[in-house]
Amino acid sequence: MHPDESIWQRHSRSERLTRLFLMILVLAAVGYSAQNIEIIPEFLLDAPAQVKDLFVRMWPIQFGFYQKGVHEALMDTVHIASLGTILAVLLAVPIGVLSAKNLIRNIFVNNFARFILVATRSVNSLIWALLFVAIFGPGALAGTLAIAFRSIGFVGKLVGEALEEVDPRSIEALHATGASWMSVLLKGYWPQCEPTFWSVALFRWDINIRESSVLGLVGAGGIGMALDSALNLFQWTRVSLILLSIFVLVIIAEIVVTQIRKRIL
Amino acid sequence: MDAVAFRPRPWIRLAWGLLVLYVVWAAARLDFTWSRFVVGLDNAEKFIGRMFPPEILQPDSMLNGLVESLEIAILASFLGILLSLPLGVFAARNLMPAWVSWPARSLIALCRSFHPVIVAILFVKAVGFGALAGILTLTVASLGFIGKLFAEAIEEISLKQVEAVRATGSPFISVLTYGVFPQVFSRFIGFSTYQIDSNLRNSTMVGIVGAGGIGSTLFAAFQRFDYNFVCAILIAIICMIMMGETLARAVRRLLGVDVQKSDV
Repeated sequence: MHPDESIWQRHSRSERLTRLFLMILVLAAVGYSAQNIEIIPEFLLDAPAQVKDLFVRMWPIQFGFYQKGVHEALMDTVHIASLGTILAVLLAVPIGVLSAKNLIRNIFVNNFARFILVATRSVNSLIWALLFVAIFGPGALAGTLAIAFRSIGFVGKLVGEALEEVDPRSIEALHATGASWMSVLLKGYWPQCEPTFWSVALFRWDINIRESSVLGLVGAGGIGMALDSALNLFQWTRVSLILLSIFVLVIIAEIVVTQIRKRIL
Repeated sequence: MDAVAFRPRPWIRLAWGLLVLYVVWAAARLDFTWSRFVVGLDNAEKFIGRMFPPEILQPDSMLNGLVESLEIAILASFLGILLSLPLGVFAARNLMPAWVSWPARSLIALCRSFHPVIVAILFVKAVGFGALAGILTLTVASLGFIGKLFAEAIEEISLKQVEAVRATGSPFISVLTYGVFPQVFSRFIGFSTYQIDSNLRNSTMVGIVGAGGIGSTLFAAFQRFDYNFVCAILIAIICMIMMGETLARAVRRLLGVDVQKSDV
């Protein structure tokens, strides 16, 4: 800051320039996108009326359909999410271990593991589901694998970070006793990572409940399939029932996760 | 005290056992069989064989799709961030009376509870096929995510500074800009960059249900069984998302903010 500047300013000149530059960049990007994107103005003007129409058609909610066509599919969704999360954890922990710099002292292996984590995260669960439906055919198996592969990146990254933050002293103590590599992992690293591990797994399960509710749209099982057929047949009163069921399921999952976290963590 | 270094914990073992039982039961219920898996592996071999080498069959369609996804992500992030600023303030219970914060909190909860794909389907029904539905979908997702975390961040601030600004007789807007925002702004930027990243990922997917972007190109390629084109598109998507991630990290470093693990 210049000595003659009598007014206090929070940011230095270079900071202000950086901020200005970013601001201009953002505005340019937004301006360009707004100009370039194809939006049909009639559709936009029409939207409020259409939304209203949609809600009118969705009323009254057809609750009678729940036992017949929703409950089983909803439970399938829960199982897809749970099994998918368990499988994801099984697949992600080894990769997380490989990505931890303090465990595997080989930058090539670390980076390769990191690449797998980023790549699995970058492909959306719906796209994973498309791939697995092509391979295993429509059904819950494809959905479970989609959930699992999509979650590897998230779980593996957080597990890897937790491993890197482990206090090295207890590890050294175990090494000093001549403990084997596996014992060091189980008795040195695991107790320190356990809380993070459970909280990551629970958190991912919560996310996966939401994700697995839509996989059925591409044929990968669960409540999404019921939603898809109701949408295709324009049975709007069933659509509203299914949406409400998903909403309630998501809320319950969130409550369960917060309660468990409060109790055990 | 007996000198056992690692005491066996029967309850934990029981829990692990129950977990294994659940896996077996649920897998049986969802009709997972070994033979299906083996048949699938066989298919996978053929499938992956047809995916390679990746080939860009329709360069125009792919490029337009990628650009449109990017535009959807940019516009939705912009709108979402802009709108979630007031929404977050309204939802903060330490600044607002209950009759303001409750509606705002319910709106945030509603935005959060549905997966973007479901929101996208509803918007496609409401505003037709195309990018507009995608933009609206991701705006809703941004509102839910940033709004919730921003409101929580405001609720955690120290009220001493707020009181000091109030004591000078400043109007509410000055209380916000001088008492509240300086305390939470770096976190707000952290949430926003995270959401931009997330919007970019989701913008590649909303096209599958007709809401514009590369997803529609991908879905079309899938339905024509052009698996080598599918592979090329997937690689392009992964590259775009990795670039976005790097950019978001660079911006965060430039502004000196970091998203805490607990926030995400």
